[in-house]
Amino acid sequence: MTGHDAVSGTDVPPAEATAGDVVLRLTDVVKTFPGVRALDGVQLEVRAGEVHCLLGQNGAGKSTLIKVLAGVHRPDSGHVEWCGEPVGFANPQAAMRSGIATIYQELDLVEDLSVAENVFLGHEPRRLGFIRRGHMAGRTRQILGRLGHAEIPPGRMVRALPAAGKQVVSMARALSHEARLIIMDEPSAVLAHDEVGNLFRIIRELTAQGIAVIYISHRLEEIREIGDRVTVLKDGRTTAANLPARETPTSDLVSRMTGRTIEYVFPDRPAETVVGDELLQVDGLTRAGEFADVSLSVRAGEIVGIAGLVGSGRSEVLETIYGARTAGAGSVRMAGRTLRPGSVGAAVKAGMGMAPEERKSQALLLGEPIYRNVTLATFGRYARFGFTDASRERAEADRIAEDLEMRPRDVRRAVRTLSGGNQQKVVVGRWLLGDTKLLLLDEPTRGVDVGARAELYQVIRQLAAQGVGVLLVSSEVPEVLGLADRVLVMREGRVVRTAPAGELDENTVLDLVMAGSLMEGAPA
Amino acid sequence: MSERPPATTTQLPAQSPPVDPAETEEAGRRTPTATAGASGRLSWWHGDGGEGAKRNLALIGVLLALFVIGAATRSDLYSNPDWVWANMLSILKLASVVGVVTVGMTFVIIGGGIDLSVGAIVALAGVWCTTVATQSFGAGGMIFTAIIVGMAVGLVNGTLIAYGRLVPFIATLAMLVAARGLAAEISQKQTQISQNSTINGIASTDLLGIPLLVYILAAVVAAGWVLLNRTTFGRRTVAVGGNPEAARLAGINVKLHTLLLYVLSGLCCGIAAIMLTAQATSAQAAMANLYELDAIAAVIIGGTLLSGGRGTIIGSLLGVIIFATITNLFAINGLSTEAQNMVKGGIIVAAVLIQQVQFGSLSQFFRRNRLTTS
Repeated sequence: MTGHDAVSGTDVPPAEATAGDVVLRLTDVVKTFPGVRALDGVQLEVRAGEVHCLLGQNGAGKSTLIKVLAGVHRPDSGHVEWCGEPVGFANPQAAMRSGIATIYQELDLVEDLSVAENVFLGHEPRRLGFIRRGHMAGRTRQILGRLGHAEIPPGRMVRALPAAGKQVVSMARALSHEARLIIMDEPSAVLAHDEVGNLFRIIRELTAQGIAVIYISHRLEEIREIGDRVTVLKDGRTTAANLPARETPTSDLVSRMTGRTIEYVFPDRPAETVVGDELLQVDGLTRAGEFADVSLSVRAGEIVGIAGLVGSGRSEVLETIYGARTAGAGSVRMAGRTLRPGSVGAAVKAGMGMAPEERKSQALLLGEPIYRNVTLATFGRYARFGFTDASRERAEADRIAEDLEMRPRDVRRAVRTLSGGNQQKVVVGRWLLGDTKLLLLDEPTRGVDVGARAELYQVIRQLAAQGVGVLLVSSEVPEVLGLADRVLVMREGRVVRTAPAGELDENTVLDLVMAGSLMEGAPA
Repeated sequence: MSERPPATTTQLPAQSPPVDPAETEEAGRRTPTATAGASGRLSWWHGDGGEGAKRNLALIGVLLALFVIGAATRSDLYSNPDWVWANMLSILKLASVVGVVTVGMTFVIIGGGIDLSVGAIVALAGVWCTTVATQSFGAGGMIFTAIIVGMAVGLVNGTLIAYGRLVPFIATLAMLVAARGLAAEISQKQTQISQNSTINGIASTDLLGIPLLVYILAAVVAAGWVLLNRTTFGRRTVAVGGNPEAARLAGINVKLHTLLLYVLSGLCCGIAAIMLTAQATSAQAAMANLYELDAIAAVIIGGTLLSGGRGTIIGSLLGVIIFATITNLFAINGLSTEAQNMVKGGIIVAAVLIQQVQFGSLSQFFRRNRLTTS
C-alpha cells in the first residue's frame, strides 16, 4: 500500500494523528439534479490509514457524495483524484476494481446466499468455469479472521446472521476486493450499543493495515472516538475540512453543520401575541421505540416549535398527533374532544392539517396540476352530489397562489415543474382552504431557497395572527427560535425542556439537543 | 494489487446500490413526463391537460390505419358502404363485453392496483345468474344476481387487498382460481342454458339499427368517464393511485377507496356477465376465458400508467376497439386466431415501448415493483 506518488496536502492544517499519504482528493465537486444542487463545491481529502468522518445534516449532500465516490453518479464538474490520478468511475464496478468499497446503510447482501458466496459475489474464484468452493471458503475464513471474526462460518446463510454479522460480511467483501478505501454510511445505525465497540475495533484493524475509512455518522460521540479528521458538509458544500476529530469543540462542529450560511429573515414579532383558547392538548403520548410520555399544548394563535435532531422522535410525535401513526399510549384532544388514535380522517375533520417532512413522497401528486394538489384535502367540500367543481377549485387555488405569491401563478401547471419552495407553498396552501385550526409543519423550509423561506415565515406568522395554532418541527434551531412563541426541546424520544422562545438562545438549545452526544472529556 | 479480481465480470448485482427513494424520485423527474398538464386548454374528452388527448388521437390514428389495411386487403367487401357499417357495428358488439370489464379495470389500475380475477368473476356471475333457481325469478332476478355476485366478489378482493394487506396481484390471482372453481362447482361443469327470452334478447335487440349491447357499452363508458373526471370518487382514485401516502395525509380514506375500486370492477364484471350470457344464451364456468388479459392489455395500450395515478377511460375504450378490429381484420381475411394472438402480443409490446419512451411509465412500473435495481 505504499509508493503512491500522492501529493501531500498543502493548504491543510497538519493533523498529528494521521501520517499517511493522501489517497483521495476531491476538488470543487458539483453534482446537480433537476431543481436541486446536491453537491455545490465539495472538497475532501482522505489519507491512507485514517478514519475520515463526514458530518452533515440530512440533505447536506453526504449520500450524493458517497454515490459519486462509489461510481453511481458522475460529477458535473470538479476533480476526483484517486491515488494521485484523476479518475471518473463509469460505474460501481469500476470504483470497486480501483479499490473503493462502499458499505451502504441498507446492506446490499443477498440474504439467501452463504457468507462466502456473498463475500465473493461477482468475482468468485473459478477454474474451468466452476466455482472453487473450497478455495472460496478458505479465503473467506482468512478475511473474516483478519476482521477478528473467524467464528462466522463461511457456509452460513447470510439471512441467519444478526445485523452486526451482516455488516462484518459487507466489510469482508470490501477486503476481498483489496479495497484501499472503505466508505461506511452510518454503520452504527443498525447496531446495538455494545456492538458499536466491536465495529470500532474492526475499523482500527483496517486502518492499521493502511486502509482509509470514510465514516459517516450523525453521532458526535462516535466521531470523537473513532475519527481522525472531520469534514463538514452543509447544503452541498464543504463548510470545514480536516478538522481534528477529537479536539474540535462540539459547538464549532454543530455551528458548521447547522450553519449560519443561511440568512434567516424573520418577520417582526407582533408586539403582543393574542393567544386564544387551548386548541390542542396532548397527554403522555407514547410510541414504543420512538418517543415516550410527550405532553404538550397549543393554543389558538400560538406557534409552538419542537427542536430536536433527526431521530429524536420529533417527526414521529407530529405524525402521531395527526393520526398518521397510532399511539401506544396517551391521548390527543382537539378543543377538548379526544381524537380517535391512528385516524388521519378524524384529525382533519377536527381541523388539523399537516405539511409532512417529505414533500414529494408524502404530500404531492407530482404529475397533477397545482390546483388539484391545493384542493386535495378540500375538493369534496366544493363538490355537489359527488360531482367536483373544477372551476371553483381553480378559483380557490388561484386565490391561494395569489396570497402565497406562488410562481408560476398558473394553477394548471403540473406540480413537478415547480421549485421546492413553491411546492411547499402548495402543501401549506392546501390547509389554508377549509377551516384548518391547527397546522402541523414538519421541516417546512427544507430544500427551500432563502427568498421563499422568508415568504413562508411570513405566511406562518400571518396564520397565527388569524388565530390558527401552529406546531412546528425543525432541525434548524434558529428557525424554531425565530418563529415559535414557545419551544419544546426533544432528545431521544423525550421532551427535555419547554420554555418560551424568549428564554432560550441557540446555544442553550443546541446543548440540550446534543447533550447525549457530548463526549465525556471532550472540550465543549 | 496483484490479486485484483478478473475484469471479465460484467454484472455484479450485489454491487448495485440499493434503490434510494429520493433517488428514484429524481430519476423520475428526469423522464420527460414533466410536460404533463402544461397545456392550458382543456379538452372535453379528457379531464385536464392535453397529454391524454394527444395519445388518444394516436390511438384513433391506429384505428384508421387498421381500417385502411382492411380496405386494402378486402377491397371487395369495403366497397360496399352497407357492409362497412354493419362490420363496424359487429366490431363494437365484439368489443362490448370486454369493454365493460375494461372500464372497471381502468379504475383499478389508475388506483394503483390490478384485478386478475375479472374473467373469473364474469364466469361466476354468469353461472350463478343462470341456475335454475335464479332463472325462476325472471330477468330482473338474473340481472340482480349477476351484479350482486360481481360486487360481492369485488368486495372480497378489495377487503383482502385494502385491509388484509395482500398484494393485488396475489389476491386477485387467488380469486381467479377460486371463482372459476366455484363457478364449476355451481354449474357442475355443465353449460347452463338461459331460458329467459328477455335476457337473451339483450344480445339480439337493435335500437335504431344499433345493437343494444353497444348502447350498454356506451352507457358504461360514459358513466365511467363522468365518474373518473367529474366526481370526487374519480379524484380520489387518481390521488390514491398517484401517491397513496399523500392521499392518506390529506385525509382521504385510502383503504376504503381501494376497497371500493375492486367493488366497482366487480360491478362491471356483473354487467358483462349478463351481456355475455345473453350473447351465448348460456353460461358455463369456462366463459370469459382470459378476459383479464384482454382488459389489462387494452388499459395499457390506452395509455394508463400501470403504476397508477394517471389514465383515461377513452384510451381504454380505444384499446378494446383496436383489439376487436384486429380480430375482425383477421376473420374477414380468413386468417387463424394463432396469428392473430401473435399480432396482438406484438401490439401490446409496441404500445408499451412507445409509452416507455414518451412517458417513462414502464420504467416507473418496474421501479415501483423493484424488479430492477438500477
